[in-house]
Amino acid sequence: MLKSIPIAGRLRFGNDPVQTFLYMAGGALLLFFAFIAVRNTLTGAYGIDDFLQGIVLGLAQGSIYALIALGYTLVYGVLMMINFAHSEVFMGGAYIGFFAINAFHESGFLAENTLVALLITMAIGMLASVILAVLLERIAYRPLRNAPRLVPLITAIGASITLQQIFLRLFGGGTRSYPVVSLCIGGTLQGTTCEGGIDIMQGRYQVEVFGGEIVIRPLYFVIFFIALILMAALWFFVQRTKVGKAMRAVAEDKNTAALMGVNVDRVIVLTFVLGALMAGAAAVLFALYNRQVSPFMGFTPGVKAFTAAVLGGIGNVPGAMAGGVLLGVIESAAPQMLGLPSQLEDVVAFGVLVLILIFRPTGIFGEVLAKKKA
Amino acid sequence: MSLLEVHDIHTYYGKIHALKGISLTVEKGEIVTLIGGNGAGKTTTLNTISGITPAAEGYIIFEGKDITRAPAHQIVSFGVIQSPEGRKIFTRLTVRENLEMGAFIRKDLAKIARDMEYVFHRFPRLKERINQLGGTLSGGEQQMLAIGRALMASPHLLLLDEPSMGLAPMLVEEIFNVIQYLNGESGTTILLVEQNATKALEIAARGYVLQSGYITHRGTGAELQHDPTIIEAYLGGH
Repeated sequence: MLKSIPIAGRLRFGNDPVQTFLYMAGGALLLFFAFIAVRNTLTGAYGIDDFLQGIVLGLAQGSIYALIALGYTLVYGVLMMINFAHSEVFMGGAYIGFFAINAFHESGFLAENTLVALLITMAIGMLASVILAVLLERIAYRPLRNAPRLVPLITAIGASITLQQIFLRLFGGGTRSYPVVSLCIGGTLQGTTCEGGIDIMQGRYQVEVFGGEIVIRPLYFVIFFIALILMAALWFFVQRTKVGKAMRAVAEDKNTAALMGVNVDRVIVLTFVLGALMAGAAAVLFALYNRQVSPFMGFTPGVKAFTAAVLGGIGNVPGAMAGGVLLGVIESAAPQMLGLPSQLEDVVAFGVLVLILIFRPTGIFGEVLAKKKA
Repeated sequence: MSLLEVHDIHTYYGKIHALKGISLTVEKGEIVTLIGGNGAGKTTTLNTISGITPAAEGYIIFEGKDITRAPAHQIVSFGVIQSPEGRKIFTRLTVRENLEMGAFIRKDLAKIARDMEYVFHRFPRLKERINQLGGTLSGGEQQMLAIGRALMASPHLLLLDEPSMGLAPMLVEEIFNVIQYLNGESGTTILLVEQNATKALEIAARGYVLQSGYITHRGTGAELQHDPTIIEAYLGGH
C-alpha cells in the first residue's frame, strides 16, 4: 500500500491523484516564476531600485487591503460567514466621505484648515461605513443566524448588489472625484507647490537609490502609518480589553460566552462595527489616493482584501494584517519582476490565492482554524 | 420561598419533546442533585434554567423573579451561573482570561482580584499555568478551570453539569471535595448534575431522578441512596 510521504511538515504527496497533480502544477508554476525572476534580476532588467519602488507602493496599497481584510476576518471569526457586502461598506465610506470633503472644498474650509477637514472627512467616512454595517447585520444577517451556512452567504451577495444599486439610484452611476488636496508640512503653500516643505498629500519626489530613480509619494507613508495605528488600536482592543476578550470568547463558543453573561448579539454588532471602522478609514485613504469614487468601486479592493484575509488565514486578525500587506507588496512588485505589464497585477494577486489554496489552504497563520476543525 | 422554583417546564429541541413537565425546588444553601441516565433531560433542565434552551411551557422563579423568558446573559446577571457539561473552557484564551471571563458581569475589581487569588489558592496548578492557553491544559486542569471560572462569577446559585466526567478517580475525589467546600464554607447553593450518582447522593441534601424527560423519584440524599429501584437502576446494584 502507498503510504503518504510527509514533505516539509504539512506538505504531503498522498494517495489522492488530484492533490498530487495540484502540488506538481503549483510547484512547476512556482519554479517557473522563480526562474523568470532570477533571470530578470541577473540580466539587469529588474534592479533593486525597481524592487524598492514596488515595496514602497505595495506597503501603501497593502495596508489598505489589510484594513479591509480585517472586516472579513473579524466577522468570519465570530459568525463563520463571509460578509460579501463588506466591499459595499467600504464603498459607502468612500462615497459619503466624498460628499463631506466636497462640501469642505466648496466652502473653502478644506483650503483653510486642511488637516482638520481631512480628519473630519475620515471620521464621516468611518461613521457611514459603521451605519451601513450595523444595518446589514440587523436586516440581512441576524434573522438568519441559525440558518444553514449557505443561506447568509447568498444573502451577503444579495445585500452587496442591493447596496450598489441603492447608491447607483441615489447618486448616479458616474464616477466622482475627490478634490485635489495639498497638505504642506514645514513650508508654505504657493498655489499648488509647497515651498520649503513637504506636501504629504500631492507631493512626488524622485529619489535616487542604487543607481536608479524611484518615485516616492509621502502619501504612501501617511497611508501606511495611519493603517498601522488603526491596526495597533484594534489589536489592543481585541487582546486587552474586557469586551475584546468577550469577542474572542464569542468567536469560540457562543453558548458558553452567554453563560458568562456576555450579550452575544451585542458582541456580534460590535464585530461588524470594528470591521466597518477599519473599512471606512481605508475607504477615505483609498479615495484620497485614487481620487475616484463610484458605486462599483468596492468590488476590486473588496475581492483583493478577501484574498488577503484567506492568505493570512481567515478568522485570524494578525493574519489579515500580514496578508494584506504581503498581497499589496507582491501585487506591486511581482509583475515587473516577472517582466509582465503592471496591468497584470490582478492576475498575480489571484495567482497567489490559487497557490495558497493549493499549498496551505488554512493560510499563513491558519493553524488555529485547522485545530478548531479537529 | 425557595431560592429556585421550577414549575412544570416543557422544553423542545425542534420536534423532540425533551422535558415533559419538570418541577423542582432548590432552597438557599442546599446541594441538590439531578441524576438519571443518558438523554434523561438533566443537561436540558440546566440549560432551560440558564436560558440557553428556553422553556416552551411552565415557569422558573429565581429569588422571586420570573426568569423563564429572560435571555441567557441576563440570567447570569441575576446570579445563576452554569458550569457547562464538557467543561467548555475557552481554548484560545489564557487561563487568566478564562477566569476574567467568569467575572464578566462583575464590576468590583478589588473583589474580582481577591476571588482570583482564592481560585489560585484552591487550584495551585492553575496559577502555574496562568498565561497558558486553555486548550493546552489537561482534562483535570480544564475541569478545575471550569469550576474556577464559575466561582469567579460569585454565584447565588451554581449549576454544575457533570463536573467529574472523564476524570481520574483521584481528581473526582478532589472535585467533590471542592463542591462540598464551596457549599460548606462559602454557603454556595448548588444544583449538581452527575453521572456518578453514588457520590452525588452522598453529598446532596436532596435529589431528583430523571427519566425520559420526567421526574420519577425525589427525596433526600439518604432516602434515594437506599431506595431499591434506584440502587438497581443507577447505583450499580447492591
